[in-house]
Amino acid sequence: MEIIVCIKQVPDTTEVRIDPQTNTLQREGVASIINPFDMYALEEGIRLKEKYGGKVTVITMGPPQAEEALREAISLGSDEAILITDRALAGSDTWATSLTLAKAIEKIGRFDLIICGKQAIDGDTAQVGPGISAHLNIPQVTYVKKIEEIRILEHQSTGAPEHRAPSTHSAIVRVQRMMEEGYVVMEVPLPCLITVVKEINEPRLPSLKGKLRARNALITKWGIQDLGIDKQDVGLEGSPTRVVRVFSPPPRKGGQILQGNVQEMVEKLVELLKSEIL
Amino acid sequence: MRDYLLTEEQRMIQDLARKIAQEKIRPVAAKYDETEEFPWEIMRILAQSDLFGVFIPQEYGGLGGGVLELAIVTEELSRACGGIAVCYAATGLGTYPIILFGNEEQKKKYLPLIASGKKLAAFALTEAGAGSDASAIQTTAEKKGDYYLLNGTKQWITNGGEAEVYTVIALTDRTKGARGATAFILEKGMEGFSFGKKEKKMGIRASATRELIFNNCKVPKENVLGKEGMGFIVAMKTFDVSRPGVAAQAVGIAQGALDLAIEYAKERKQFGQSISSFQGIQFMLADMATSIAAARALIYTVCRAVDRGEKDIAKESAMAKLFASDVCMKVTTDAVQIFGGYGYMRDYPIEKFMRDAKITQIYEGTNQIMRNIIALNLIKETLR
Repeated sequence: MEIIVCIKQVPDTTEVRIDPQTNTLQREGVASIINPFDMYALEEGIRLKEKYGGKVTVITMGPPQAEEALREAISLGSDEAILITDRALAGSDTWATSLTLAKAIEKIGRFDLIICGKQAIDGDTAQVGPGISAHLNIPQVTYVKKIEEIRILEHQSTGAPEHRAPSTHSAIVRVQRMMEEGYVVMEVPLPCLITVVKEINEPRLPSLKGKLRARNALITKWGIQDLGIDKQDVGLEGSPTRVVRVFSPPPRKGGQILQGNVQEMVEKLVELLKSEIL
Repeated sequence: MRDYLLTEEQRMIQDLARKIAQEKIRPVAAKYDETEEFPWEIMRILAQSDLFGVFIPQEYGGLGGGVLELAIVTEELSRACGGIAVCYAATGLGTYPIILFGNEEQKKKYLPLIASGKKLAAFALTEAGAGSDASAIQTTAEKKGDYYLLNGTKQWITNGGEAEVYTVIALTDRTKGARGATAFILEKGMEGFSFGKKEKKMGIRASATRELIFNNCKVPKENVLGKEGMGFIVAMKTFDVSRPGVAAQAVGIAQGALDLAIEYAKERKQFGQSISSFQGIQFMLADMATSIAAARALIYTVCRAVDRGEKDIAKESAMAKLFASDVCMKVTTDAVQIFGGYGYMRDYPIEKFMRDAKITQIYEGTNQIMRNIIALNLIKETLR
């Protein structure tokens, strides 16, 4: 199994402040963590590797300090890490981000399964995972709560998995996709992309040997030139969406307690409903 | 000052142990205290994180650290639960005889299993009639050709029944007294080796304490640690390196209690203000923190001396254990005091710290025995 896990480094708080001028996240003074949903993706990738063998490659797009997130991923059991960092990528929306990640995955070449968290806790769009699969033109399943099994359809007696092209469709993955009430069981040919929800597993803590390995691990760094991406296709320029305004919802005003007997209160309530709400 | 001159690697170990303690142990500490079940789920987490390997040499599957690394982990775990911490620390105590006195085959056989956390270890010296007077042990080991037959009962053995590997001290020659004792490595499941009932304790209730019963227990002669007759040397040299670990447990329990006391003092309001604004409380907190810092500095200093290979450390090792455990008892008692009536209630986590603290003044040599060791060494030093 060649597994690719996409992660994002996010501020360690759900109380993200937003720069009112640029409408972008204010990262200064906030500690960074791996997006919690991506921790489930990483854990699932590592478990699959432990069960089926193979390799987990973790990739992220972000500023140079996102390297810390990749080292943490290695300490948890990832084998390789790729940082896509380039000033030209600043301001990329989910379209430009998923294009960039897809290009990086194409450059990696071999893969059976791509795993992403269902969304990042800072932007909450849940679009990058599906975006990658669209750019790569592979199937996707979002909100996966369980991987039931990975089944090899054709027994390949010759050729180790690493020589298999990503498009042989020789295996399928059977997953449970979370719905509002219950779940759907789906079978999808590999290679494919899944995004996972927190119900899928309980992420492990790093091991000391993993941490020591992470400290000295080589992190591959790619810029847009390495990926053959044109400058105008990414960054603010390459982003078809614009965030016009981001704001905190106004705080809820305190309620009103009506006084008097039932008759009076009902009359007052009807009057208020008519004038204020209806 | 936070790091007490720890290396980058030691800080990494400390951070990981702290994360496990705060995220995984703290939420379940009260549960294990109540149920007295053995915390296997936590042992598995510690194993997966490689924490059992921190004090074991690299050539035997460990990370190559020493007693300072063992102390750092023990301290952090104790901050969350002194009982769960001792399950870990007692494995260190049971393993050190093998590290210090094991031959190549013994080390190769046992240390990797312990380093990976696949097997817990335990150390067995104490008997019903042999506590502070360890030389009064009655368990015998009679040589029968290729093996020894062990008979007798060990008492209050931490990790007893849960551990797979035991270092056991037994008499091979009754006539020679202390010089007639020998250390053996025993494995759970050996013929004639069974366990007594699980003791009910005041504190450290997550840990298992049982009797080890030997009834014509057959132990191969390859399992002798060191040489016949070296049993007490094995025990004493082991205690010299393990006592800073008990001290670390004590300082961890004290730190955990102080953390809770500060938190509570800030929240609790009396006379219209938070009780942390009262000098009476402030001075208690200041004294608690100062004595903890002093104890920790002493422990780390002794650990570093051990890890540098210094030989005569019995006195300093005893000092660390004595001082840290007395600090622990005082700090946890004061922490309960700061909590007032709430502190006495089992709904609040602080009384457990006081119960857990007491044992640190008793086991691995009572504090009275510690003072004996210190005083004897002081006098011996002046005779040189």
